[in-house]
Amino acid sequence: MAKHETPLLDELESGPWPSFVSDIKQEAEVRAKNEKGIDFQIPADACDDLLGLLELSFKDGTTHWKHGGIVGVFGYGGGIIGRYSDKPKDFPGCSSFHTVRVAQPGAKYYTTEFLRQLMDLWQLRGSGLTNMHGSTGDIVLLGTTTPQLEEIFYTLTHEMDQDLGGSGSNLRTPADCIGQSRCEYACYDTQELCYFLTMMYQDELHRPAFPYKFKFKFDGCPNGCVASMARSDLSFIGTWKDQIQVDQAEVALYVDGTTPANAGSHSGRDWGAFDIQAEVVDLCPTDCMSYVDGELKIYDKECTRCMHCINVMPKALKIGKQRGVSMLAGAKAPIVDGAQMGTLVVPFLEIDQTMNKQLADFDTEEEWMEYLEEKYEALTEVIEAVWDYWMEEGKNRERLGELMIRQGLQRFLEKIGQEPQAVHVDHPRTNPYIFWKEEEVEGGWDRDINEYRKHHAR
Amino acid sequence: MAETIEYNGKSFDVDEDGFLLDFTQFTEEWLEIVMKEEGIAELNEEHKLVIDVLQDYYRKNGIAPMVRVLSKLTKFKLKHIYELFPSGPGKGACKMAGLPKPTGCV
Repeated sequence: MAKHETPLLDELESGPWPSFVSDIKQEAEVRAKNEKGIDFQIPADACDDLLGLLELSFKDGTTHWKHGGIVGVFGYGGGIIGRYSDKPKDFPGCSSFHTVRVAQPGAKYYTTEFLRQLMDLWQLRGSGLTNMHGSTGDIVLLGTTTPQLEEIFYTLTHEMDQDLGGSGSNLRTPADCIGQSRCEYACYDTQELCYFLTMMYQDELHRPAFPYKFKFKFDGCPNGCVASMARSDLSFIGTWKDQIQVDQAEVALYVDGTTPANAGSHSGRDWGAFDIQAEVVDLCPTDCMSYVDGELKIYDKECTRCMHCINVMPKALKIGKQRGVSMLAGAKAPIVDGAQMGTLVVPFLEIDQTMNKQLADFDTEEEWMEYLEEKYEALTEVIEAVWDYWMEEGKNRERLGELMIRQGLQRFLEKIGQEPQAVHVDHPRTNPYIFWKEEEVEGGWDRDINEYRKHHAR
Repeated sequence: MAETIEYNGKSFDVDEDGFLLDFTQFTEEWLEIVMKEEGIAELNEEHKLVIDVLQDYYRKNGIAPMVRVLSKLTKFKLKHIYELFPSGPGKGACKMAGLPKPTGCV
């Protein structure tokens, strides 16, 4: 029997979508029965009380969590989100309900062995509830008490070789698309770069030293499967510099209907026979394609590598061979001064395609890291220049994107050592409030009004 | 759940995370209470400098300094601040100095 009546939540058990209410009830039951004889370190009825508290919020239309909460583990300044209920007497099982952020593996590939071990830990020392995963990428363990934090951290690090994720004014947990593991569009190894930078900047992740939060995300191509351009202060998006590789024989198979367009993504509705002119050539944003006499031509100089033609005909069109990343900076949610997407700051940094050694090719992980440091040196130089600038100039709780607006893109580019180029803007400014540097102007700013009066009487 | 801690004849009102609710209740006894919770065996001159700097800054400005400012004022690198206060400048040093609990997306 459930501990609390939850008539409103019960409604959410109907319908076809997996019900979080049914799942939490199931976990509450597992804990109540405790067939494994676990010595639960937080109240066994944590899930029942959480449902009770949530039902109350459904009734009141307001949250019942108190403001803030500062808890953590020694040595780190973040990783745990403290939370206390404002109804501790009515729902003692979830009066403390802290969230533990656990660093996730690249692109979230798991073995059941790892997940079982993690769940054994969490059943013992937490609520048994999780969020797989937080929006930033972390494995989120939902609900435990303060005394359990160091215990959980000890088991994670000593028995699972696993660290916490980030929270606070620091580098948050980086995340990536699946990249080259299962996608032929990936222009670089997103998982390798994500892992390398996560390891390289552990200090910046665990001990808040920044004016505010800072996120990295890694997309293998402009499709943006991890939405780096919208959800990270520094976004790495794969691209190429040479020609799209066209296989005319494969193109013909699309044209005659043998191969379904978009890998069959639109098969749920009859859109008629594939029309390469209407669905590819005419939709190209720069109009740089033609299909004449059974031959598809691309004028690559005018191609902006939007991915559309490749997305429609993945078997016929492949990304180029000279690959690298574009870096975009400044994306953020609305608070304080409006939402921003990433602004292109580094158009192309080539990633050496001949440097493709794996961890297994080295004796130690340290040697592998040294190799990666060399491979990605040009990238880390930009990252560190961005941080040097923002850490010095950023105001308290000012995201990078806001600093870029406050001090201007010019200053930002100067600080990270990028020459201004036409690709840095969508369009030139329309107002004439143009600042010049004194050294750019003949004669400088020191002028004598008396000199002027000699030629212009009052 | 605010509670009151009695220690050596002084009383302190604290929140769930052990932060003082009222900065004016800060006394030397408070340091002894927090030391134990925060994993600090002995308070040295460097601990005291950090605490003094935080308190001065809070009295003058009504907020805690940014980490960068704290480093500049004390001339301690962040790494050293963590050596002094294992929970870091927020949960460790600010709590000990009696400053209000850090807020925001922590």
